[in-house]
Amino acid sequence: MEDLSLHHLAPQPAKGAQKMAIVGVVASGNLEVLVERVLSDLECLIEIRTAAEGFGEVWNAVVADFVERYSPGGLKFSINDGGARPDTVSLRLAQAVRLMEGEQ
Amino acid sequence: MSTALTPMATAPDPVTSWYEASARTRIRLLLDPGSFVELIGPEKREISPHLKVFDLPEQFDDGIVVGCGSLDGSKVLIAAQEGRFMGGAFGEVHGAKLTGLLRAARDIGSMPVLILFDTGGVRLQEANAGELAIAEIMRAVIEARSAGAKVIGLIGGRAGCYGGGGLIAGCCSGLIVSEQGRIAVSGPEVIETNRGVEEFDSRDRALVWRTMGGKHRRLMGAAEVFVDDTGQAFRDAALMLLGQVGGFELRTLTNEQARLEARLRDFGGCADAVDIWMAEGIADAASIPALPADQFIALADRAGRISHDAR
Repeated sequence: MEDLSLHHLAPQPAKGAQKMAIVGVVASGNLEVLVERVLSDLECLIEIRTAAEGFGEVWNAVVADFVERYSPGGLKFSINDGGARPDTVSLRLAQAVRLMEGEQ
Repeated sequence: MSTALTPMATAPDPVTSWYEASARTRIRLLLDPGSFVELIGPEKREISPHLKVFDLPEQFDDGIVVGCGSLDGSKVLIAAQEGRFMGGAFGEVHGAKLTGLLRAARDIGSMPVLILFDTGGVRLQEANAGELAIAEIMRAVIEARSAGAKVIGLIGGRAGCYGGGGLIAGCCSGLIVSEQGRIAVSGPEVIETNRGVEEFDSRDRALVWRTMGGKHRRLMGAAEVFVDDTGQAFRDAALMLLGQVGGFELRTLTNEQARLEARLRDFGGCADAVDIWMAEGIADAASIPALPADQFIALADRAGRISHDAR
């Protein structure tokens, strides 16, 4: 297992008022993303525990792209990864942001 | 996997496949919209203390979602296993969450419990804790039933209901099963490994399905209700079964023992599920595995054995 912690500053606060959401499952080639609105407006933290070691650069690139596209200010993402591909990771992060925009 | 893309705020399509749905989606399919309140949710991070020893990934809910909600306006307690995380297997925390829910049901006394099984049994990496959890859960099911709570099992997930999950299912007040929902204790590979391929060929999927699958379990009376693989069908069946299951007393157990003895006497010599169906007098028994759900339900209703407590 490898732990990664990526800090970013988002251009804007994330939309919506949801406090917490969870998406995905920890399985081979899949991951779960727990997202919580617990940080100051523009801060964004992504904490990753992954079964696939040595892919820090790829995570950096995927997360940087995600922060630029979705501007998830104020959100903390906690990820348990079962060795998902970068496209799956992007999709799950996007789902997590969408869930935080919901009314629930 | 289309359901996973639907945001939580939107109700899932009622014809969503139960087999394909996640544990959380199944809860939303089953309960009244917006009524579910999770207990010990993923944000509490009550993860397994054992998996890190094996350098394995953890899941924030340890593969089981527990909480309460309402079903057609009535309060229910509910637990759903996530079959895709470690085969839905019981570990220490996973088991403790279900035990706690059942003890709450015992203390409340009148609130039913719905257990959405999807499990291969005990998680091998935490075998002792998992086995203890199974024993605790079985006791908790019986205590909840003794206190007046109905405990209904719903089985139709990809992992089926195996190992200790099969034992717990056997303790429930009633079971709802779909064709995909296999129920057994030893799984196909376990039987083949221990008894040889002549005893059970685990790669023969047709054999696995007609021995452990939902249709056979319904015909044997091990499951009270057989349903099609949709969220709506499971919800309708849960409502119906909650209205049907009787109380729990010593007579329930002695009747169950008598029925199990009769089953062994009547079918002990049968080598295959098809032989049992023929012995039951079902015409064209060999066609049962291929029957669509609606035709099978009609056949099973004619064959009887509803409210059959023996599993």
